[in-house]
Amino acid sequence: MEDIITLDYGSGGMKTSRLIERYILGSFGNTVLNQLGDGAVLGELAFSTDSFVVDPLFFPGGDIGKLAVCGTVNDLAMCGAEPQYLSCAMIIEEGLPFETLERVLRSMGSAAEAAGVQIVTGDTKVVEKGRGDGLYLNTAGIGTVRHPLPGLKAVVPGDAVLVSGTVGDHGTAVMLARSGMMEGEILSDCCPLNRLTERILSSGAAVRILRDPTRGGVATTLNEFTERQPFGIELTEECVPIRPGVRAACEMLGLDPLYCANEGKLLAVCAPEDAEGLLEIMGPEAAQIGTVTENAPGRVVMRTGLGGRRILQKLAGAQLPRIC
Amino acid sequence: MPSAERCRSLLRAIEALPLAETQIMEVCGTHTMAIAKAGIRSLLPPQVRLLSGPGCPVCVTPQEDIDAILELAMERDVILSSYGDMLRVPGSRRGDSLLRRRALGADVRIVYSPMDALEIAAQEPGKQVVFLGIGFETTAPGTAAAILAARERGLRNFSVLSLLKSVEPALRTLMAGEGFAVDGFLCPGHVATIIGEKGFRFLPEEYHIPGVIGGFEPEEILTAIWLLLKQIAEKDPKLRNAYPRAVRPEGNPIALRVMEQCLEPAPARWRGLGMIPASGFRLREALSGWDAEKRFAFRTGGAREAGKKDGCGSCRGETAAGGAVLSACRCGDVITGRLRPTGCPLFGKVCTPEDPVGPCMVSGEGACAAEYKYRDVL
Repeated sequence: MEDIITLDYGSGGMKTSRLIERYILGSFGNTVLNQLGDGAVLGELAFSTDSFVVDPLFFPGGDIGKLAVCGTVNDLAMCGAEPQYLSCAMIIEEGLPFETLERVLRSMGSAAEAAGVQIVTGDTKVVEKGRGDGLYLNTAGIGTVRHPLPGLKAVVPGDAVLVSGTVGDHGTAVMLARSGMMEGEILSDCCPLNRLTERILSSGAAVRILRDPTRGGVATTLNEFTERQPFGIELTEECVPIRPGVRAACEMLGLDPLYCANEGKLLAVCAPEDAEGLLEIMGPEAAQIGTVTENAPGRVVMRTGLGGRRILQKLAGAQLPRIC
Repeated sequence: MPSAERCRSLLRAIEALPLAETQIMEVCGTHTMAIAKAGIRSLLPPQVRLLSGPGCPVCVTPQEDIDAILELAMERDVILSSYGDMLRVPGSRRGDSLLRRRALGADVRIVYSPMDALEIAAQEPGKQVVFLGIGFETTAPGTAAAILAARERGLRNFSVLSLLKSVEPALRTLMAGEGFAVDGFLCPGHVATIIGEKGFRFLPEEYHIPGVIGGFEPEEILTAIWLLLKQIAEKDPKLRNAYPRAVRPEGNPIALRVMEQCLEPAPARWRGLGMIPASGFRLREALSGWDAEKRFAFRTGGAREAGKKDGCGSCRGETAAGGAVLSACRCGDVITGRLRPTGCPLFGKVCTPEDPVGPCMVSGEGACAAEYKYRDVL
């Protein structure tokens, strides 16, 4: 066991789970927190928080401000809630140009407007040069639960696993922006999902669970679904929608789109008969990528294009670009 | 015809060949990963075994070099820049890695190319920026070009630690080894792009072993395997190029010229293979101002303890705190194809990607990492 925290503990994968389960739940776990949902559901109220430390602050398709609003809005939306009020806390590194701050704040304003939420409270702190990456943001949000979701206990073999659009766009866009390669060719998918979840959940479809596959990507989120459950999930490789540019960039960098973050996509598990209707609501890039099975309980299995099957694990640590 | 269909017809063609027990070795980490990802091993007839050779640059770097790199990272005013692969490679002490050193305060930066490291040097004139030059002939030209650019721009605070290696001497050492039983080589498409077909002709001409240069799509890999098995069945060893869209007979003359200008062959130590004469590349004397080995008195495996046999486990056990676990690491045997990853007693139990004991479990191109990530469930 390691004695200090390395970057891997922030990757959203296995080590993040270990940090949360051993240390956080170990210190102040309770019946609400122990569920480890995207947010806490407290009767009619949903409550969630998220911090944003993205480098660079601006990337194709978004920026840290838009991300901070969408991140919390989406976490609330995944609880079946209508997001209403957000807070915003800023940790600003000295030397940040006002022009940069203003761009970020304006972007937060328009993202909040697009999502139909208000930012009603906040905090600012300034830290010494070298003690922050320009700007860190935290948002928390509350919303009213409109459509309580039954969750993992309602998932049964035969259920369909859907994704609302192409996979890996955000993570790849940020990684490319960071590397200075192919900049601008791939856009982050960063966007609020609450309007989409409202349409999904008011359609009457039997949706078991919704989750937005952010850090750790689709593969990690699906593993969170199956972990310690009596069912498994089988994916079909060629059904997973991936943009050709994302696929090519990931190959070049040695990354796997299934483990790259998404900031404007959701995964849904629903009754098989409702899959088609939901895909129609989600739009032309949505797809059924897999099925819940009795086989391989607790596991996510990928059926490859050539007919082989392999286990898809949680992300072990941060994805790092490779040699060649 | 779609690719999956072409793959299936290649598999049928392979099954139709009169095949005895056959062992094919790939010597490129990207091949290792691609084969595992597509599940090719499980699709081939049972008598065909695919082995991973010394094709993962991180994995073949000997333990003492890894440990010395970890120490170099702690030097004052040093910025260590590296490809991401190196960051999790475990040091002799369990849990030690560049990622950990970074958390302890070392300035370790991930770069995408040596040119990025050069830019860091330009921006941080008060610091010494060291680029970890790891890789085979694929990455050597880029590293060499960065050194020449540093000279051009007069960037004296930039240097390269060259742990670059050459594929050919390693293959020769492997073939001369005891109990060597490989019937054909799947030759690395990326390396061949630089050194050309001519770089692998020695296989059939001197060792009577067939070689096929292959690309990296499942279909390209299967084509190369089929061509190899065909030659093996016909007992007609040749070098074939199944990746002609990227590989020319003479290679890439511009890249070769840059390498030649900058680097010269030097003895190097390999994990699992030990000392091999002229198997590494060091900076030429005229460029010694950019040579991190000289600037920091860093001693690579090539320069010291010549002749000491490197079995991965045996050399690590000596320095290790948790000696018993570390000395059981069989990366050296995995790299040389003597052992499949699953044959290592630590595989998947003590040694996992999140808590690795040896480099093969952690490199993006390591055989153990590939096996672990893509193991079959059937």
